[in-house]
Amino acid sequence: MSAATAAADEKPARPRRAIDIAERYGLIAALAALVVVFGVLEPTTFLTWANLSSTLGSQAVLVVVTLGLIIPLTANDFDVSIAYVLTLSSMLIAVLNVDLGVPMPLAIAAAMAAGWVVGMVNGWLITGMRIHSLIVTLGIGTFLHGLTLWISGSMTISGLDPVLIDYVIVRRLFGIPLEFYYAIALCIGLWYVFEHTAMGRRVLFVGRGREVARLSGIDTDRIRRRALLASSLMGAFGGVLYAGTQGAADPSSGAANLLPAFAAAFLGSTSIVPGRFNPFGALIAVYFLVTGITGLIFLGVSSFVQDMFYGGALILAVSLSQLVRGREEQQL
Amino acid sequence: MAAEALAFRNLSKSFGGQRALDGVDFHLRRGEVHGLLGQNGSGKSTLIKILAGYHAPDAGSALSVRGESVPLPLPPGRFRALGISFVHQHLALTPTLSVVENLLIGRLAASRALALSWSAEAARARAVFARYGLDLDPLAPVAKLSAVERALLAIVRAVEEMRAAAPQRGGVLVLDEPTPFLPRRDVERLFALIRGVVAEGASVVFVSHDVDEVLEITDRATVLRDGRVAGSIETRGASKADLVRLIIGRDLEPLVNGPPPAAARADAIRAEAVSGDFINDLSLAIGRGEVVGITGLLGSGYERVPYLLYGGQPARRGRLVIGADELDLAAITPARAIGAGIVLIPGDRATSAAIGTLPITDNVTMPVLDTVFRAWALSRRGMAQLAGELGRRFEVVPNRPALPLSALSGGNAQKVVLAKWLQTRPRLILLDEPTQGVDVGARQNVFAAIRAAAADGACVLCASSDYEQLAMLCDRVLILSHGRFAAELAGGALSKERIAQACYHASDAATEIAA
Repeated sequence: MSAATAAADEKPARPRRAIDIAERYGLIAALAALVVVFGVLEPTTFLTWANLSSTLGSQAVLVVVTLGLIIPLTANDFDVSIAYVLTLSSMLIAVLNVDLGVPMPLAIAAAMAAGWVVGMVNGWLITGMRIHSLIVTLGIGTFLHGLTLWISGSMTISGLDPVLIDYVIVRRLFGIPLEFYYAIALCIGLWYVFEHTAMGRRVLFVGRGREVARLSGIDTDRIRRRALLASSLMGAFGGVLYAGTQGAADPSSGAANLLPAFAAAFLGSTSIVPGRFNPFGALIAVYFLVTGITGLIFLGVSSFVQDMFYGGALILAVSLSQLVRGREEQQL
Repeated sequence: MAAEALAFRNLSKSFGGQRALDGVDFHLRRGEVHGLLGQNGSGKSTLIKILAGYHAPDAGSALSVRGESVPLPLPPGRFRALGISFVHQHLALTPTLSVVENLLIGRLAASRALALSWSAEAARARAVFARYGLDLDPLAPVAKLSAVERALLAIVRAVEEMRAAAPQRGGVLVLDEPTPFLPRRDVERLFALIRGVVAEGASVVFVSHDVDEVLEITDRATVLRDGRVAGSIETRGASKADLVRLIIGRDLEPLVNGPPPAAARADAIRAEAVSGDFINDLSLAIGRGEVVGITGLLGSGYERVPYLLYGGQPARRGRLVIGADELDLAAITPARAIGAGIVLIPGDRATSAAIGTLPITDNVTMPVLDTVFRAWALSRRGMAQLAGELGRRFEVVPNRPALPLSALSGGNAQKVVLAKWLQTRPRLILLDEPTQGVDVGARQNVFAAIRAAAADGACVLCASSDYEQLAMLCDRVLILSHGRFAAELAGGALSKERIAQACYHASDAATEIAA
């Protein structure tokens, strides 16, 4: 084959490019459209700076959980314990700081350590005992939920050291609470690891072709354990932000982040880098889902719509990602 | 009553211009064990699949069962109503279920009964086993059974299903390679069961590669070659040489298995006392730039050797000496093997060699990611460039590294897999069926790439059941039988026919070594 035809071959055809762009940025366009629609319908409440900045800030917790989730998902493992790590972490901070008077930095360190332990246990059970990740993390998550109820006496604990609240939600940069920027920083960090390091590629190889990865000399078990450890640490960090956002810890409501995070992870995998779990796609998907719900609530729809919306979005997102993948396989 | 249990007349089947079966006549008498032999691609499995209703034969083919003409093609599953049962090599048992549950699977699939009495079913199963002199616990999980007990159970199940459909008329039991993974003493138990089944009036088709077994258990045998009947003979008076001649199609002088002509060769690789599943105490040596083939019949274990030397499958023990390095095969992992300059190109491309959903770039750069990590990040441009260069060198068509690998034809995907590993300039290249699913044109590319790597100084070990390919590619071919070294061919003895002959004769040699 001559060099000229080879070069021509390497250039994708025009119409493909248009479809690609539509697919990559479709979710952003949909988000913009949603903002416009609700803005027109509810200009005085929805389209205000106060609403925007508080949404960007308070949903940072969900962003962190979603980012945590896509790490093991990329390695083809599920971590449904992540939301319970979040509640445990926030409750540990509250119990240590409020009830036992432990200084805030130490309480945060303890919460992160708890996340580390859970991640190690998850990884060991899944790769060492060869149990499916869904089963392990479901069991561990439920166990952690019980543990959280126990250490809190099933009570909400408030009165956290204001320094945490200060650094999470009170202080602002360009009018947006700091926690938003923490989430963005994690998003960029994860993007860097996934896209620009050999480690990130290896996680992807393990997820897409475990036997291929193993025979290519990749220690697949170690990669999976690290991915599960990373997701638990992200869950614990989410708990820190959650405690700071609420100024308190309650033993149950953090678990409500689980389904939205799955929905956002799968919806995110249909955009930016279609067909792969990717951090920026996940970020946009979180805000897309949240905007939809906030808008509906502003329109006066009861809050039960939230569950229906997230549940429906998860199914829709998974179906969409299936379509994206299916088309990719047939396209040539 | 008709003397023939089953007869195909003028059976033909073409796959896109390729004749797999060409006017085959096959007659199975009542109450006989009939061997069906032939090399890979001779048409054996096509015939079996037509009987099972997987393939529709060409017009003009005819089938009769117990003297009655049966319209072709058979709808899938129709064989059951005709009193025909199959036991395939992978026995279709569910290991986690009990013996009696496995026995009843066929009946339960169709049953509308609301209640099952497991104790009654277990008693019934015991009675059935007793009839054949078997001692199997109906309530034991199949996973607890030995390999031969599983085979016996599968056969009993097939016989029961056959008797249910054709109680008085004498059914047909088709055993499709039931023995290759069984040790010799267990084969005896299986044969005893087959004799018991025949004594009840059934007829058996015994498909096998093992000439000795066919001579022992069958009354007659039909040999297929290139889609035609090469001969149909009484096995009682026949010799092994007669059957091998029919299988291969030519008369070859017997081979003298002298000591391997290894004297003058400087070995770059030595594997010593390798043992693992199906492989016992195997040693081999490969010189620099040498391409060595390894083969044998089904059940000989040859296809496992590349994986054992690489850590792809666990070895019990063994040593691999490569240059100045020495590796303990019981502890080897793919990462360690790669570190020592060993690469493996697996036969099952879709699940073991490459990831179809990822771009060619990602697949081909997998083993060299560290070299494209520049300054502070993976160089995307560098990766795509490298993939493009490799694509040109290995003549991948189309050479568009951004395409998902699954968009390529089998041959071009294999070129990508070769590029993935050969770019590392390995010292030892392990191949498993390197041209499986590869079209004829790309085959030449694959051979050329392997030859070029060998000329560059690499040692090559190629496991394959394609004798023609081995004859074309290899300097030397090792033949295994029952997990042991049985023969070696080199130089002028390297032809498709010679390799086949050595494989079919090999089981004797192995028995001698074992004894």
